[in-house]
Amino acid sequence: MTVARFWRDIPSRYNLYGSRCASCGKVYFPVRHICPKCRRSSIGKMERHRLSGKGRVHSFSVVHDAPPQLAVLKPYAVAIVEMDEGVKVTGQLVDVEIEEIDIGMGVEAVLRKLGDEGPAGIIHYGFKFSPRFD
Amino acid sequence: MYIGNMSSGRFIDQHHIGALIADYSGMASHNVPSTRIEAAGASGSLAFRQGVMAVASGMHDVVVVGGAEKMTDVSDDASNFILNSAADQQWESMMGATFASLHAMIAQRYMHEGYATREQIAQVAVKSHLHGALNPKAQFQKPIKLETVLRSPTVAEPLTMFDCSPISDGAAAVVLCPLETAHEYTDKPVKVLGTGQASDTLALYQRPDICSFEATKVASRMAYDIAGVGPDGIDLVEIHDDYTISELLALEDMGFFPRGEAGKAVESGETEIGGRLPVNTSGGLKARGNPIGATGVAQIVELVTQLRGDADKRQVKGASTGMAQSIGGTGSTAVITIMGVV
Repeated sequence: MTVARFWRDIPSRYNLYGSRCASCGKVYFPVRHICPKCRRSSIGKMERHRLSGKGRVHSFSVVHDAPPQLAVLKPYAVAIVEMDEGVKVTGQLVDVEIEEIDIGMGVEAVLRKLGDEGPAGIIHYGFKFSPRFD
Repeated sequence: MYIGNMSSGRFIDQHHIGALIADYSGMASHNVPSTRIEAAGASGSLAFRQGVMAVASGMHDVVVVGGAEKMTDVSDDASNFILNSAADQQWESMMGATFASLHAMIAQRYMHEGYATREQIAQVAVKSHLHGALNPKAQFQKPIKLETVLRSPTVAEPLTMFDCSPISDGAAAVVLCPLETAHEYTDKPVKVLGTGQASDTLALYQRPDICSFEATKVASRMAYDIAGVGPDGIDLVEIHDDYTISELLALEDMGFFPRGEAGKAVESGETEIGGRLPVNTSGGLKARGNPIGATGVAQIVELVTQLRGDADKRQVKGASTGMAQSIGGTGSTAVITIMGVV
């Protein structure tokens, strides 16, 4: 992924900024400029909305056949997390024993290294999810 | 000409494949227009649908629909990287979700809901290889056991290597023309009864329910309405089993089984040749192979072969209506085709 493309999404990647439709109140992640529900009537009414970072595991998988840039992590867990705001997000699960992961598990977003552009390139940071106990 | 192709630009550094195929098939010297269609895994079926519309509208008298993908010139890692681009690059692939792991998450949730057991999901691959063994054009022509699927290396839990369709090179083509002129070209024409196409969110996580593909449901309804048949009127189906779990979702979304019943049907042999609804008589993506752009066209070739009664050892007796389902991404594009004997 190019530096520019990554850079444009930093508010969403570092701080979980999505959008909220002022017409219907629905929250989206990442940013959307049109609410798929309200469509035309949402134009100009989409507000920046930061997710709480808290959610539950909707589904997960443990990746064994990993892309080369993530091979050092394997096996690693990836999940679809349903956030408290109702919107879902995809991210890796960290700081947890793989055997302990289950659907419904409470998690929260943490800032981690996602990858890099090679030894001399920029480092990609972004959110992953770790378990929460509350 | 309409050509289904996902990524010749990245697989073989050659874009403009519409012109290339027109040229090397001898059509460019006649200046025949050629259009490349891309919708990831649904590229071939979508090219076919464009061809159907071109003939049905009267725009063209005769259309060749081709599909092709040359995947093995690059390494497996490079190939997987290209295939991952069918998903949302920014918010799925970049986050560490491989294309296989997205389907693994579907399977995990599907099992969590109690819709099928791990063994029932794996049985899809056993059935596909059973059929592939009867297809001389299949990439894999050997039957496998359930244990083979369960004990093969894990790709993304719970899916193993044998739950995943392979990397393939391949091509397929069909000729379309109005039914009134078909006998000028063939003694055994087959009729397109209906087609449907639908879209959904690019990313899987954006959907309320990941155990069903809404696009398959919508496209199926569209095709059933046009064809004037329902699930009960279908004799055989070609399904986009890029992963075993995908076949169970499709069987339910197309209306053949209620939710949570497809796994049992596969387990009891209902979807084998000779069963109530033979599925993927070609071997499917799993055993016939999955050269992405060719896959959707290969499904049509199998339907035509069956409906003509030319399928030899894998012939479904008395088949008069067949249906194909094709998917791009994780249900982001769905294309349905229903065909029948004339």
